[in-house]
Amino acid sequence: MAEKKILTKDFGAPGLAHLAGYEQTGGYQAYQKALKELQPDALVEMVKKSGLRGRGGAGFGTGQKWSFLPKGVYPRYLVINADESEPGCFKDRYLLEASPHQVVEGLLIAAFAIGCNLAFIYIRGEYLPQHEALEWALAEARQAGYIGKNVLGSGFDVDVILHRGAGAYICGEETALLTSLEGYRGEPRLKPPFPAIKGLYGKPTVVNNVETVATLPHIVSNGPDWFATIGTETGKGTRLWCMSGHVNRPGNYEMEMGAPIRELIYDLGGGVWKNRKLKAFQPGGASMMVLLPQHLDVGLDFDAIQKAGSLAGAGAMVVMDETTCMVDMCRRYVEFFHHESCGKCTPCREGTFWMTNVLTRIEEGEGKAGDADLLLEMGNNIDGRSFCPLGDASTWFPRSCIKYFRDEFEQHVTEHACPFRKERVMVA
Amino acid sequence: MSLSQATVEKIQDYARRYPSAQSAILPALWAVQHEVGYVTSDGMREVAQHLGLPASLVEATSSFYSMYLTRPEGRHDAVMCVNVACALRGAEELFAYCEQRLGIRDGQTTSDGAITLRSTIECLGACGGAPMMQIDHRFEEDLTPERVNAIFERLRTEPAPSPEPPRPAAVPPTPTPAAKAAPKRPAGGSRPREKKADT
Ligand SMILES: Cc1cc2nc3c(=O)[nH]c(=O)nc-3n(C[C@H](O)[C@H](O)[C@H](O)COP(=O)(O)O)c2cc1C
Ligand code: FES
Repeated sequence: MAEKKILTKDFGAPGLAHLAGYEQTGGYQAYQKALKELQPDALVEMVKKSGLRGRGGAGFGTGQKWSFLPKGVYPRYLVINADESEPGCFKDRYLLEASPHQVVEGLLIAAFAIGCNLAFIYIRGEYLPQHEALEWALAEARQAGYIGKNVLGSGFDVDVILHRGAGAYICGEETALLTSLEGYRGEPRLKPPFPAIKGLYGKPTVVNNVETVATLPHIVSNGPDWFATIGTETGKGTRLWCMSGHVNRPGNYEMEMGAPIRELIYDLGGGVWKNRKLKAFQPGGASMMVLLPQHLDVGLDFDAIQKAGSLAGAGAMVVMDETTCMVDMCRRYVEFFHHESCGKCTPCREGTFWMTNVLTRIEEGEGKAGDADLLLEMGNNIDGRSFCPLGDASTWFPRSCIKYFRDEFEQHVTEHACPFRKERVMVA
Repeated sequence: MSLSQATVEKIQDYARRYPSAQSAILPALWAVQHEVGYVTSDGMREVAQHLGLPASLVEATSSFYSMYLTRPEGRHDAVMCVNVACALRGAEELFAYCEQRLGIRDGQTTSDGAITLRSTIECLGACGGAPMMQIDHRFEEDLTPERVNAIFERLRTEPAPSPEPPRPAAVPPTPTPAAKAAPKRPAGGSRPREKKADT
């Protein structure tokens, strides 16, 4: 019935955003323990054993990803993905703003574990206050001797570069992020080779999400067995869920893996606003498939959400009430993907353009009979044929909406108008 | 046009910090924008020269990213997100209100040069505080027409933000927990909070 707070446990403690306040909550103890008591290989094993899966979207095992680095090849790089631009997601922002040192400590633990002496944080250009918070935190950590040469006498050298993006959603995709960090246009690269083999400057590289590394100090302090007792069989620990839309109390909530979606939306979020009925909700982020009230008892966990027909993605939870026009929501998302398509491959660049056109004409009452099927056909031609997942993912939400709300698409066409227009929220 | 000595030094410093000078393109372009207000082709040529790279490469990189401005704009930047989570809470209607209030359309600047107004389909990471705006890249959330009025009023007279946000000193003062208490509303709308149901 409540949040399970691990990462956000001390949020609100005085001065948490600064070193003294963070150390008062036990900050940097885990890093010191790692440096003094653990070998890098033992740390990798520890993270593997904890069952931690990446929080950036794909949910890949963190320890497993680290162990893909080829033996004996140096330098190796660690890049923290703070590009958070997935529509509906605002958790990394919260973590960076409220406790930047937790992220820095996690980064330093990861760097030590994989044998990296130069790490990067790639932060989206729009996150200026968070950039400042990190810049402070890094300067303080440097002054305290946590970053630098021979850290605390351990022989470990580490430096961190904070790199500011400049407005491009695709740079959150790990290969595009690396291309961007090298100073090119942020276009994705073909995988394989995966970054672990050939990443930044052609060297072995690990890309990890902000929330993923922020979890590491807790695993090191409390042990992998403790972490593995929290959550479900295949989803360990907690996750921050970014709840938005038609809910009474939007915001970030840290939930144990597997807690029912109902708890998040109703117990914590206070239910649907304006005493209206829940129409649908969308976990994961812009690309993910829509779910219905019948899915409220599904657990907040990678596998459970996937089994229900959607994906946990980057932890968004967008709530939609009965007045929501699904065609309009599809149009906005696909327009977003069209806007953000890097233009490298044709299915994504042209496909998102045509899908936006058709969705716009339906929404404006100029749709044609068969447009829903046309959209499905376009979707089938984009998904699986795009160079990177951006194109594929642009089709998932609209296709799921056609599956569950086909009537609505057809009503727009037969009535030559959007049946929801008049009911839209008016604020002004 | 020629960049100030301080900016040039900053660019050279970036070039030394990264394993490859090309990685310094983005931070160097930010430095140009901070000094000039936008990124001109002269600015790009100078960046190329200081990094020892072809100008065409700097231009190719620069044009990919939407945050580098190509022309002078108002003293203040007001950007409202109209992606799904924001649209669900009335962002589109509130944006129309902003246009009407300022007497300008999307992308235009008020005649006194104070405010450039924009809507964007890019989520700005404040979905929990929708409708929202970024004013000079700082978050304003849970907006209402009244709050928008107050913000615009303030911007009319406020000078442009310091071209570069205050940087921590090389050796930051040790902040006392009391003096450096956590921000009152960390992450604004991203923090769960009690809020009465809107009616
Ligand atoms: C289009 C696209 C955008 C992405 N955006 C982000 C992002 O903003 N932040 C992030 O951490 N991961 C993002 N990812 C996932 C990354 O590619 C990568 O899997 C992740 O950063 C790895 O970190 P993790 O293993 O800790 O989850 C994105 C992926 C795609 C395909
Ligand atoms: S959808 Fe508007 S800030 Fe996220």
